[in-house]
Amino acid sequence: MMTIPEPQDNDLRNSPVMAEAEACPPPIDEMEPLEVLGVEPVLAQEEERLYVAGQWQLMWWKFRKHKMAIMGGIILIVFYVIGAFCEFVAPYDPEAYFIRYKMAPPTPVRIFDTMGKLHTPFIYHRDRSKDPETLRDIYAENPETRYPLRFFVKGEPYKLWGLFATETHLFGLAPDVEDQAVFLLGADRMGRDLFSRLCYGARLSLSIGLVGVFLSLALGIVLGGISGYYGGRVDTIIQRVIEFIRTIPTIPLWMALSAALPADWPVIKMYFGITIILSLVGWTGMARVVRGRFLSLRQDDFVLAARLCGSSEMRIILRHMVPSFLSHIIASLTLSIPGQILGETGLSYLGLGLRAPAISWGVLLQEAQNVRSLILAPWLLFGPAVCVVLTVFAYNFLGDGLRDAADPYAR
Amino acid sequence: MLGYILRRIGMMIPTLIVVSMLSFIIIQLPPGDYLTSYAATLRATGDAVDEAELESLRQRYGLGQPIYVQYYKWMSGILLRGDWGQSMEWRKPVKELIWEKMALTVFLSLVAISVSWFIAIPVGVFSATHQYSIPDYIFSAISFIGAGTPGFMIALVVMLVAMRQLGLNVGGLFSEEYILAPWSWAKFVDMLKHLWIPVIVIAFESTAGSIRTTRANVLDELNKPYVETARAKGVKERKLVWKYPVRVAMNPFFSTVGWTLANLIGGQTLVAVVLGLQTNGPMMLRALRSQDMYLAGSFLFLVSVLTVIGTLISDVLLAWVDPRIRMEG
Amino acid sequence: MNNNRELLVEVKNLQTYFFLDEGTVHAVDGVDFNIHRGETLGVVGESGCGKSVTARSILNIVPKPGKTVGGEILYHRKVKGVEQTIDLTQMEPQSSEMRSIRGAEIAMVFQEPMTSLSPVHTIGNQIGEAIRLHQGLDQAAARELAIEMLDLVGMPLPDRTIDEYAHQLSGGMRQRAMIAMALSCHPSLLIADEPTTALDVTTEAQILKLMRQLQDELGMAIMYITHNLGVIAQMTENVVVMYMGKVVEQAEVDTLFYDPQHPYTRALLQSIPRLGQKTARRGAGQRRLASIRGMVPDPYALPKGCPFHPRCSEMVAGQCDQTEPQMIEVAPGHKVRCLACTGV
Repeated sequence: MMTIPEPQDNDLRNSPVMAEAEACPPPIDEMEPLEVLGVEPVLAQEEERLYVAGQWQLMWWKFRKHKMAIMGGIILIVFYVIGAFCEFVAPYDPEAYFIRYKMAPPTPVRIFDTMGKLHTPFIYHRDRSKDPETLRDIYAENPETRYPLRFFVKGEPYKLWGLFATETHLFGLAPDVEDQAVFLLGADRMGRDLFSRLCYGARLSLSIGLVGVFLSLALGIVLGGISGYYGGRVDTIIQRVIEFIRTIPTIPLWMALSAALPADWPVIKMYFGITIILSLVGWTGMARVVRGRFLSLRQDDFVLAARLCGSSEMRIILRHMVPSFLSHIIASLTLSIPGQILGETGLSYLGLGLRAPAISWGVLLQEAQNVRSLILAPWLLFGPAVCVVLTVFAYNFLGDGLRDAADPYAR
Repeated sequence: MLGYILRRIGMMIPTLIVVSMLSFIIIQLPPGDYLTSYAATLRATGDAVDEAELESLRQRYGLGQPIYVQYYKWMSGILLRGDWGQSMEWRKPVKELIWEKMALTVFLSLVAISVSWFIAIPVGVFSATHQYSIPDYIFSAISFIGAGTPGFMIALVVMLVAMRQLGLNVGGLFSEEYILAPWSWAKFVDMLKHLWIPVIVIAFESTAGSIRTTRANVLDELNKPYVETARAKGVKERKLVWKYPVRVAMNPFFSTVGWTLANLIGGQTLVAVVLGLQTNGPMMLRALRSQDMYLAGSFLFLVSVLTVIGTLISDVLLAWVDPRIRMEG
Repeated sequence: MNNNRELLVEVKNLQTYFFLDEGTVHAVDGVDFNIHRGETLGVVGESGCGKSVTARSILNIVPKPGKTVGGEILYHRKVKGVEQTIDLTQMEPQSSEMRSIRGAEIAMVFQEPMTSLSPVHTIGNQIGEAIRLHQGLDQAAARELAIEMLDLVGMPLPDRTIDEYAHQLSGGMRQRAMIAMALSCHPSLLIADEPTTALDVTTEAQILKLMRQLQDELGMAIMYITHNLGVIAQMTENVVVMYMGKVVEQAEVDTLFYDPQHPYTRALLQSIPRLGQKTARRGAGQRRLASIRGMVPDPYALPKGCPFHPRCSEMVAGQCDQTEPQMIEVAPGHKVRCLACTGV
């Protein structure tokens, strides 16, 4: 067996090899940390920013790279703004009906007239007539008369959020135009403008998801946190409860609970009833995630370090453990909102959730369910359906982006 | 292994008891009972309501008694006599009404799962081994759409398209004449003819999800050292992909079969309502609305039981298929 | 020492690059060395110097996005008495000819046996796979042979362990199983990529002893990759020192330890702690463990000239940071790539 050649004496400084080496570097405690490694202590400015950036900064930078997530975020912002300002954005009152335009197809908005001249957006006069053979309504455009689209136009008076009385709408026809209407997405079987109804529907559908998820979040964090942090019997009991709730499949459970709400409740009560129902089932998912995180974090060294420093339990939880999984919570949140929105939509569609006169996308889908109207007026179905699907996708993209940004181990 | 199974079954029993109680309570939540809503319907249409008759019906169905008595009666009926109660709306024993629907639901779910796996697993493996190729992007896009679009939307769109383009009325699992007919070979064939649309709709969402899961799982395993070992032995690439990483990646996948099945059974409700299928959903909806207590309660309970069984199967399968878990018992 | 032995593998100017989004990494950048039949060659270097990629290039299993873009790997094959020389870099990784070499004539043992063995197949299945694939035996015969191999590598109760799973065996037993798998087809070259790094010292000693024994019995060549100079001293006849994808020194093992030329080799040898060496002690005469100052450079931003010069104690300014040194033979069998040592 070969041996490594032994130096002449114990002091390496005198060994033949070392004799040619450079003088010994100064002792460690006198050196800058980076100097010990031999790295130049001056960082490029860019790298400097990276090293001192806070957690949220880093998340934001990473998030920005995710194009789809940004797009999802933008779509959602647009939808929520429309929902918040629905009275302003919608050209017509959602219950206002135009008898002559039952089941009218969408009004084509043009910028070029028949001669090819460019104008501000306008619509042509539409006449309704009945086809003599099929007895169906036909809507023909009359190029003689043009009605320009006005923006910030005076229309039906309303109260924004029930507080501010005004008459201005985002767009519409001039107030003196009689008997014509611009139906961006067509009209329903009572002649009501679908686009306006969708705007109002956005308010309810989008907010239910948010409220429900926050309720779930609250319940889930509290119960999951207690369960994970204290462990033992409390944990076992809460876990059992969660198991029981999860045993009953979601959709039948929602259906059964919603059926319990009396049909004659006012819209507000019904709204909150549905929200509570949706969140009663949803919290279990969040609780499990939180519990899992707490269980693993409890053992982590930084918690031990905090405890050794003398921090109180509450301080440990709030200042040390929560920030470390907050980003994951946010990502999970975003990904569970679509589930709740779909839940409300589905329930309303079945007639168990919100009902007329409340307007939500689910209710609109319910009205579109009639087979005959599907064939004649498919926009009644596609309008709300596309809105829901877009929202779900936007949230999924956003959630994906948030989750990637929050993951410290992803490249 | 056997000990593991027995223990899980043992834990299942209290769960089922609690679930049965929960189901019953939930059904009883709406104020009043079947008869009050029945009376309301009568009044709404202007018919006369005979109080005496209502009272005798109430006695007959035991609706006036306290809830725990009613529950006890119901449960003992099920466990001792196999009697799931009487449906007040249909005036028939619940058992008759439920079993056909349940069987159809389970059958439909099984077919949908088989179809979805048959498609999803090869596609997922292909996507993982040909990452970032054009087919991979296409599959990813499709599965993203499928996973995000809710089932009943797909159902609505499919119905609409079928109706407009193909002129078919695709609702329901049977043609007119077979709906109430007793089972026969002809009825079975008729059902198969109608089966493909519901299967497509139901399988679409789960296929999309399965493709993504398979792809992710296989990708995880594809870079592991044991795959490289196999390659260094000279094994053919395709063979080693299926023998090693796919085999390991499939563990969590197959083990979820019970859970997936249970999920499908419960989740089909909406799709079933849209497509007018003769499965659980529409009937349960109706029972809930009219507070047909035993029918709705039995549905809820049965679906929950299936979920519990499904979860059990999943756990057992996972233990069986992964020797690491099996050894520890 | 190698004069009477035939050449088995000649690696000439091997270049394997990794094409990543951020840039191209020259993992192996012009590597030359030879392996003779029955020889034990040691390949030593820090993490990231390219030794593992070299091994994989020989077997033609470089993972994507890596690719061998230049150079040759000449393999002198003896099939049924007929001699044949193939350039392994020219072969399609998936071709049946390459696959017949891989695993049968050139085999590899990996570092971490726990993760290098399939968790869901018995070791008998995995060893048998190699046997059936390359020797065409049926299941029963393959099983017999596998048990024989397990016995050869010193596995206790081979007819029982053959049906066990990797997680049921200890670390040493797992590595024995891997060796059995690699040797089952009697390869002429065994590439061992840090096979004992994950084992404790006692087990390591056993495995090393086993490998020497098997080499004597089976007469195969071993290419031993490690960063542990102690093992090099113990196991090898010739040594190749690599840094940043290039060979910086090549010599017989004695020469390397007694007369290292390249500053990197010298620094490596100095950094081995020695028994009896005085280290951090308070007061006068305090010593620190010698280390190579600086860090391995960013692979996307290689320094100009010699890649080692920023960390080199003998760097000659104006030369080492401008010109890339060439490999020069300073004594028979001893080659160095260094401007300061060999003069410009």
